[in-house]
Amino acid sequence: MSKNLGQLDRMVHGAYEAGWTTDIESDTLAPGLNEDTVRFISARKQEPEWLLQWRLKAFRHWQTMVHPEWAHVHYPPIDYQSISYYSAPRRPGEGPQSLDEVDPELLRTYEKLGIPLHERAALAGVAVDAVFDSVSVVTTFKDKLAEAGVIFCPISEAVREHPELIRKYLGSVVPFRDNFFAGLNSAVFSDGSFVYVPKGVRCPMELSTYFRINARNTGQFERTLIVADEGSHVSYLEGCTAPQRDENQLHAAVVELIALKGAEIKYSTVQNWYPGDAEGRGGIYNFVTKRGIAHENAKISWTQVETGSAITWKYPSVILQGDNAVGEFYSVALTRGMQQADTGTKMVHVGRNTRSTIVSKGISAMRAENSYRGLVHIGAGAENARNHTQCDSLLIGDRCGAHTFPYIESRNPSATVEHEATTSKVGDDQLFLCRQRGLDPEKAVSMIVNGFCKQVFRELPMEFAVEAGKLLEVSLEGAVG
Amino acid sequence: MLKITNLHATVADTPILKGLNLEINAGEVHAIMGPNGSGKSTLAAVLAGRDGYEVTAGSIEYLGRDLLALAVEERARAGVFLAFQYPVEIPGVSNMEFLRASLEAVRSHRGEPNLSAVEFMKLARATSAQLQLDPEFLKRGVNEGFSGGEKKRNEILQMLLLQPNLAILDETDSGLDIDALQVVADGVNALRSPERAIIMVTHYQRLLDYVVPDQVHVLADGRILRSGGRELALELEAKGYGWLRDDAA
Repeated sequence: MSKNLGQLDRMVHGAYEAGWTTDIESDTLAPGLNEDTVRFISARKQEPEWLLQWRLKAFRHWQTMVHPEWAHVHYPPIDYQSISYYSAPRRPGEGPQSLDEVDPELLRTYEKLGIPLHERAALAGVAVDAVFDSVSVVTTFKDKLAEAGVIFCPISEAVREHPELIRKYLGSVVPFRDNFFAGLNSAVFSDGSFVYVPKGVRCPMELSTYFRINARNTGQFERTLIVADEGSHVSYLEGCTAPQRDENQLHAAVVELIALKGAEIKYSTVQNWYPGDAEGRGGIYNFVTKRGIAHENAKISWTQVETGSAITWKYPSVILQGDNAVGEFYSVALTRGMQQADTGTKMVHVGRNTRSTIVSKGISAMRAENSYRGLVHIGAGAENARNHTQCDSLLIGDRCGAHTFPYIESRNPSATVEHEATTSKVGDDQLFLCRQRGLDPEKAVSMIVNGFCKQVFRELPMEFAVEAGKLLEVSLEGAVG
Repeated sequence: MLKITNLHATVADTPILKGLNLEINAGEVHAIMGPNGSGKSTLAAVLAGRDGYEVTAGSIEYLGRDLLALAVEERARAGVFLAFQYPVEIPGVSNMEFLRASLEAVRSHRGEPNLSAVEFMKLARATSAQLQLDPEFLKRGVNEGFSGGEKKRNEILQMLLLQPNLAILDETDSGLDIDALQVVADGVNALRSPERAIIMVTHYQRLLDYVVPDQVHVLADGRILRSGGRELALELEAKGYGWLRDDAA
C-alpha cells in the first residue's frame, strides 16, 4: 500500500501551474474552486451540456449560501479554495473493463481494507462498485444484474448510458438549494453509484459500494442515486474507510433514494473513516445529505453504524409522500477520543397512515461528544400518521458527552408521536461482574456495548452485523480505564 | 487453599477490616456470619479484587500464590468465584452468550479446549434444569428483568458451569423463599468436593440447615471474633450477636 500511496503523493504534489492538468498520469486537479473547476470536472466526465449547466447553477447558488453553524460540533473554518476537487488514480488506457485490468497495487489496497474483491464477490454474492477516490475502478457482477434488468454502475456512466433516468431523478429528492454541502456536492460531484431496479423486480443480490478517500487534500464528493421502481426491492450496503492522515479531509456526499409505489429500499452504512488521533488531529469531516422519498405503500429503511470520522454531520431522512409509506432509521454512532457526531434523522409525514420508526444508539467514550438530532414532522394531510422514536445514549467514562435534540412538529391531531430517551453509563458493577467471570476488561466493554446496540445490528444484513460488532470491538480498544 | 493473614482494608478511607485472620482448606465449607457493617461483604469484595476496596496491610495466599497481586479476571480464571449479593443486569447480552464467553475464558486459562456450540448448549441446559430454570431463561439478557430469586439462581448456574476452586457466596440466601433456598442449597452441595472450598457469607442460620458448614466464623468490627462448629450458628440465632461482644469485652 505504501508504494501505492507514494505514487498518489507524487500525483498530488506535482507541478500544477495551469490550474489543472489533463495529463492522464497525474490526473489530479490543483486546489481551488471556481467555475473552471466545475467545467473541468464535467469535461473529464464527458458530460452532456444539461448536466454542466445544472452543476454551474448549483455552484452559483452555493456561492450565495452560508456555512451551517447550528450543529453541536466545533471545528475551524474550512478553506474551500485549499481543496482539490478531482483526483483519479493513474491507469493505463481507457480504464479497466474487468478485474484483470485493474492496477494490482490498487487491488492490494482494497485487500488491506478487508475487501478482497474476488473472494468477497464470489463467496458473498455481493456486487461491489469500488470507488477509489473519485473514479469507480471496477464493477463486478454487472452482467448478472443486467439479466434481472437491474442497473448498477458508476453514476458517471449512468449519465452517458441512461440519461433519461438521471435527468428525471438527479436532485429530485435533494435539490442543490437544499443545504450548503448538498449545493457544493451538486457543483463538484465526481462519481458515485447509480442503481435502478425495474418494476416488480427483487434485486438478486445485496449491492455494495466501498468508498475510500485516499489522495491527500482531496475532498470526496460522491453522489449516489437509487431508484426502485414500482413493487421492486433492493438492499444496498455502503462501507467506508480512509487511511490515516494528519490534516482534515472533507467528505460531502449526497445520497438520494426514490422508492416508487410499493417498492422497498434498505440502505445500510458501515462507516469507519479515520477519526483523527487522540488529540483531535486529522480525521475526516463527514458532512453528508441522505434522503429518500417513499411513495404509496413504499418503504425506506436506513441502518447506519458510524464509528469513524472526526466530525459527523448526517441525517438520513425519509419523506413519507404516499399513503401507507413506511420510514425507518436505525443508528449506532460510536464516538471516542475527540470525535464529534451530530447525527439523527428526519421523518416527514405527508401521506395518510404513514409510519416511521427511529431507533438511535449513541455511544461516547473518552472525550467525545455525541448528539442525536431528529425531526418528526406530521403534515396537515397525514391522517393517522404514527412515529415511534427511541433514543438511547451510553457513556463510557466521565469526560464524554451525550445530547439529544428531538424536534416534533405535528399539524394533524390524529397523529401519534412517541419519544423515549435514556442515558446510561457502562457501570463499574457491570464491568466487575464480567471480569469476575474471567473476561478481560476490553472484551467486557465490547460485550456490554454490543448488547446495547443489538436492536440496530439486527437490522443489518447478517455478515455485516458480524463485521459491525467487530468494528465496535476494534474501535473501543483503549477506551476503557 | 486460602490463608488470610492480618488483613486490613479500607473503603473510601474508612477502615473496615482490621486484622482479619482466616485459613480454609480444600474440601471445607466455611460460614461467615456477623452483624450489619461488620465487614462480611467487604471481605468477599477484597477476595474478588473489586475496585474501591483498598488493602492497607496483611496478605492473602491462594493456592500458594499472592492473590492480591492478581487482577480481577486473573483471580476468576484461577478459580475464584463470587456469587453476587445484587447481580447487575447487562441488557441485550444474552445469558447464553455471557455464560459461554465466561466459560471459554476460564477453560482456556486451564488449558482446556473450548466446548463446541452443541456441547455447550447441552451443558447449559442440563445445569439450568438442575436449578429448575426454564431453558428460555438462557436466551434472555443477563439478569434483565429477572426476579430476585432468578438472579440468585443465575449466580449458582454460573458457579456450577465454571466449577471454581474457591466459591464465595455473598448473602446468596437473602430474599429467597424456602423452595428457592432448597434449590440454591442443592446447587452449592453439588459443588462440594475434596478439591474445592466454599465461603458462605450469610445473616441467617437458615441456609446452614441446608448446606452444613465445617466451620462458622463470627465477624465483628473487621475481625473474626469467634470460630466454632455448626452449633455456633445455632447459638447465635438463639442469643443474637450481643452476647459475643459482651463476652469479648
